[in-house]
Amino acid sequence: MEVGLILDKLKQRFGERILGADLEAADPSIEIAPAALAEVARILRDDPPLRFDYLHCITGVDYVQPDAKKAKSFPWEVHFELLYHLSSMAHRHRLVLRIKLPRWQGGVEGQLPEVPTVSHLWRTADWHEREVFDLSGVRFAGHPDLRRILCPEDWQGHPLRKDYKTAEEYHGIRTR
Amino acid sequence: MPVERVDPELVEFDVRTDEMLINMGPQHPSTHGVLRLVLRTDGEVVSSAAPHIGYLHRCAEKIGENVSPRQWIPYTDRMDYLAGMNMNLGWAMTVEKLMDLEVSEKTRHLRVIVCELNRIASHLVAAGTYGLDLGSFTPFLYCFREREKILNLFEAVCGARLTYSYIAPGGLIADLPPGWLEACERCLGELQAVVPELHAMLTSNEIFIRRTAGVGVLSPEMAIDYGCSGPVLRGSGVKWDLRRDGQPPVARMYEDYRFEVIAQVDGSYPRDQEYPPVPPEAVVGDCWHRFYVRMLEVVQSIGLVRQAIEHYRRSAGPVSEPIKITQKLPRGEAYLETEAPKGQMGFLVVGDGTAIPWRVRARSSCFCNLSVLTEISRGCLLADIPAILGSLDIVLGEIDR
Repeated sequence: MEVGLILDKLKQRFGERILGADLEAADPSIEIAPAALAEVARILRDDPPLRFDYLHCITGVDYVQPDAKKAKSFPWEVHFELLYHLSSMAHRHRLVLRIKLPRWQGGVEGQLPEVPTVSHLWRTADWHEREVFDLSGVRFAGHPDLRRILCPEDWQGHPLRKDYKTAEEYHGIRTR
Repeated sequence: MPVERVDPELVEFDVRTDEMLINMGPQHPSTHGVLRLVLRTDGEVVSSAAPHIGYLHRCAEKIGENVSPRQWIPYTDRMDYLAGMNMNLGWAMTVEKLMDLEVSEKTRHLRVIVCELNRIASHLVAAGTYGLDLGSFTPFLYCFREREKILNLFEAVCGARLTYSYIAPGGLIADLPPGWLEACERCLGELQAVVPELHAMLTSNEIFIRRTAGVGVLSPEMAIDYGCSGPVLRGSGVKWDLRRDGQPPVARMYEDYRFEVIAQVDGSYPRDQEYPPVPPEAVVGDCWHRFYVRMLEVVQSIGLVRQAIEHYRRSAGPVSEPIKITQKLPRGEAYLETEAPKGQMGFLVVGDGTAIPWRVRARSSCFCNLSVLTEISRGCLLADIPAILGSLDIVLGEIDR
């Protein structure tokens, strides 16, 4: 199914919670409201003409320029983005779900933004959400076991945040 | 005084084993790298196996945000270090997708040659070490002897035996040296002769079948749910191979090649090659089938390399030059998955108009393939754990990135 038709279908059902779409890009994407993620994902997976049965990847992208000199020419507005790459083996179509989040919940630095989990829909999401939590710092509400996966459990901070600063030492080991 | 006799059944009932936690790894020969498994066992039966990963995390994605795409190629070599060519290809094609670059016909066929050779080398390591895991040492030596010949070919083409950095965004770093194709054809002939020997030592070996058939059964639904790919997915009877079913750039790469996707559908494998019969004990989705798919793919890849050599000989012109280190990337995103030996390797690149990507992401196939371990090892015997883990054919360099 064309992404344009998928968009129409989702708009009919979810109305204003579908925030936008980019159909011209190499990987067409649909932007949805963070709170609607689990519901939209369920429809995408279960609706027979859609049947997105395969979740490839979850990616967190941090859009902020910590360097004040370069911040003036920064091409994007400051936010955090989640990308879900989905495809359907049955119908051979692909889709990117895009979710825009504030960098920090309520603008309070250190408070991680939150989205609903989809690990109950695609088991792939279980480890991928843990990885995004670990490296990019997003909380997935309802995830059964949200803990770090690649970094040690007592690691501080989320390394793929653009303003991440490496700690000077880790358990007495110099890190630089 | 007469001894009181106790009914043996009552004694048996009385003896109960304690639940025990066994730590396997991170330094354990059959975890194929630095993987740690925490096994909860009741006697010989494993009630749960929890993988702990991250010991080989080298911040590949963070590094990718600080170097240009051409400079990140060596880092991709070090992800799946048993299939460096395929890792190079995945990243190169993703960047080409973002930049809307086309490579010449000659480049395309040369890429198929090296990638399929690397697939054979990777599957040979998988087969050899799987034999080791199950206590059979000889096939390992046979596999590594053959793999050595492929590594010699790669050394002749790019100077490296493991970390090639041969395929770069936009093209290849060099064309083939003179006489290489003839050497490659000789190597393929020798490889083809060894495959029946490997089948005799492993695939149809009585002990091997008993250790693998019916062990670690993964249903097709569960495989898709967990995002499994490559031989792990096809071993469960799902006919899905990105070389045929992938996004346009990947499918186009293989468009004039004849090959059948190897998976058991309706009780039979494609009949385009000679292979030993499926033993009656084997169930679709078990360790035996995952191994079998890999062995058939070795022969499939030999055929693909032969076709690619023909195509390469027919195509005129030079191979495409890779992009410069200072080449600016357009603003936008591109995500592409290629069929690497171990599964679907995905790369995402976000360009911001400069030469350095804003974000890169590597989606590892082994990461997803390993996540299914807990599910398929529930209730198996302790000795089955190496059999199941080996059949998933993981590389920790790719999982931890």
